[in-house]
Amino acid sequence: MAVIEDKIGAVAIEPKTWFERIPAAYWLVGFVLLVMPTFASNFVLFQIFGWTFILGIIALSLMFLGGYGGMVSMAQMTIAGCAGYMIAIFGSSAITGISMGWPWFVAIPFALIIAVLLGTLIGWLAVRTEGIYTIMITLAIAAAFFYFTRQNYVIFNGFSGFNGVLPPQLFGVDWRGPIAFYYLTLFWAALCYFAVLYISRAPFGLALQGVRDNQRRMSALGYNATAHRVAAYAFAALLAGIGGILLTWQSAQISPGTAGIGPAIDILVVAVIGGMRHPIGAFIGAFIYVILKTFALDALVALGLSGERFQLLIGLGFLVIVFWSPDGILGLWEKWKESRNKDPLVDRGGDAP
Amino acid sequence: MNAPVSVSERLNATGTANALELRGVSKLFGALAALQDINISVKPGERRAVLGSNGAGKTTLFNCITGDFLATSGSIRFFGEDISAFPPHERIRRGLRRTYQISLLFTGLSVRDNIYLSCVGVSRSRFSFLRPRRNDALVAAADNLVDMVHLSDERDTIVSNLSYGQQRQLEIAVALAGAPRFILFDEPAAGLSPTERRELVEILNGLPGHMGYIIIEHDMDVALRVAESVTMMHNGQIFKEGKPAEIEEDPEVQALYLGGVDG
Repeated sequence: MAVIEDKIGAVAIEPKTWFERIPAAYWLVGFVLLVMPTFASNFVLFQIFGWTFILGIIALSLMFLGGYGGMVSMAQMTIAGCAGYMIAIFGSSAITGISMGWPWFVAIPFALIIAVLLGTLIGWLAVRTEGIYTIMITLAIAAAFFYFTRQNYVIFNGFSGFNGVLPPQLFGVDWRGPIAFYYLTLFWAALCYFAVLYISRAPFGLALQGVRDNQRRMSALGYNATAHRVAAYAFAALLAGIGGILLTWQSAQISPGTAGIGPAIDILVVAVIGGMRHPIGAFIGAFIYVILKTFALDALVALGLSGERFQLLIGLGFLVIVFWSPDGILGLWEKWKESRNKDPLVDRGGDAP
Repeated sequence: MNAPVSVSERLNATGTANALELRGVSKLFGALAALQDINISVKPGERRAVLGSNGAGKTTLFNCITGDFLATSGSIRFFGEDISAFPPHERIRRGLRRTYQISLLFTGLSVRDNIYLSCVGVSRSRFSFLRPRRNDALVAAADNLVDMVHLSDERDTIVSNLSYGQQRQLEIAVALAGAPRFILFDEPAAGLSPTERRELVEILNGLPGHMGYIIIEHDMDVALRVAESVTMMHNGQIFKEGKPAEIEEDPEVQALYLGGVDG
């Protein structure tokens, strides 16, 4: 994991072209995802994958803060919800009394700006705390946002929120149609994923990981640890905001329950199930969560149990994964890889440090 | 925090001022006075050794200068500018550097990446979202520093795989990033073999002449070969100041330090 990747000179290795450097797994997954609409049903495209990508983006914003910054924020769903509310307020919805009806190219940037401002504010408050206290303060903010939106009728339309919030009809495409929406969410999920991956090795991301590992050392190198942490919250808020707008378009509505305490915890569950060590964990976690949430009910009914208990299955799944691997599915995967490389003589991983 | 600076003070800051000027610096931990009324002036380019037994307050002195601790009272001026209330990163950005007694390197990163991070820390690309390009100036600067501390063969080695002595050398390279004006070395020779000590002396004597430093060192041999003046500390106070030869000859110093700890 070198920052500066030029090994040319030391050994005369043929420099690889950019597409040769992309691992095979990326080609495979990319290809399958691109051709998915040729064989998958509309339900799978819109409900399973659309939702996976959206939840993945929001969980990715938590993964960025938690994995690289060591800060677990429970307010990422709140920021997503804020962006969703803003797109409903600035853009169009069925609540014509409140919605301003601005065109999409004004409403979307404004919604994202406000989400980033909120994220920065939350970060500015939260970086003064560490560990469990960060969780508490961000959870308190999430709860405050939930109750505020539920009780405020002038801006947030209270309990019922906004319905009829639809994506723009751009290029004559109905972006809420299953295939179009699938590609829309895939595009943004991929963009966010690669952005996080890229930034993790850029000076900003490296410094963030440095602050996580050794704040005192980073100060002695001239870094302002607090400023770096707040900036990380701002960037994570941009990701969460994108996810929030897509989420609002998918269900065509936004209400206090979208960004309540339950969904805030769900995002943490998604990020932890997948694993916070690599950005892909957010999407793996989201996929498992969506599958469980969609099919647990049917599975329970088929077993003759009450369908209302589907949360129990999700909880059990969460427990099992965290019990066996605190690093989520990614941790299990790494354990398996390590055990495969194990040298039978010394009983130690081949390339593990 | 930044009081308006008068013209004379500004002129002071550029040339004639001392690199480091401590006036009446004290540091209390509860009732314990780790530092008491310390007055030190170090000229630009001067190389000073600080000696003293364990608990004399040497590292606390460093922590107060770099801002790891705020001094309880007194003022610290760096090239004429009062930095007493600045947070550590602001002091570092003004050209002050330090090394730590216990190495605080990033053990999962390579030698060059560690130095690169320190070069970025004092540059404007601290918040850059863009990865370095091949011809990046900071990468080149990091490469130069790798050579400067004799680690060219270990450029891409992960720090946890370096020997202890090499880690201390890397620690020095990290402190040299971004053209510092003054460096605080906290026992760089501790735990080094005689060969490694010789190499350390070579590195320190090879630093550019304008780069002053204070070095905390138990080993008199090393200290006297790399410093042109010596400050003796005892129980949080300055005990003696002078040329290395004077200090070495001083009967009080011998009784206290050479007789007390080493012999």
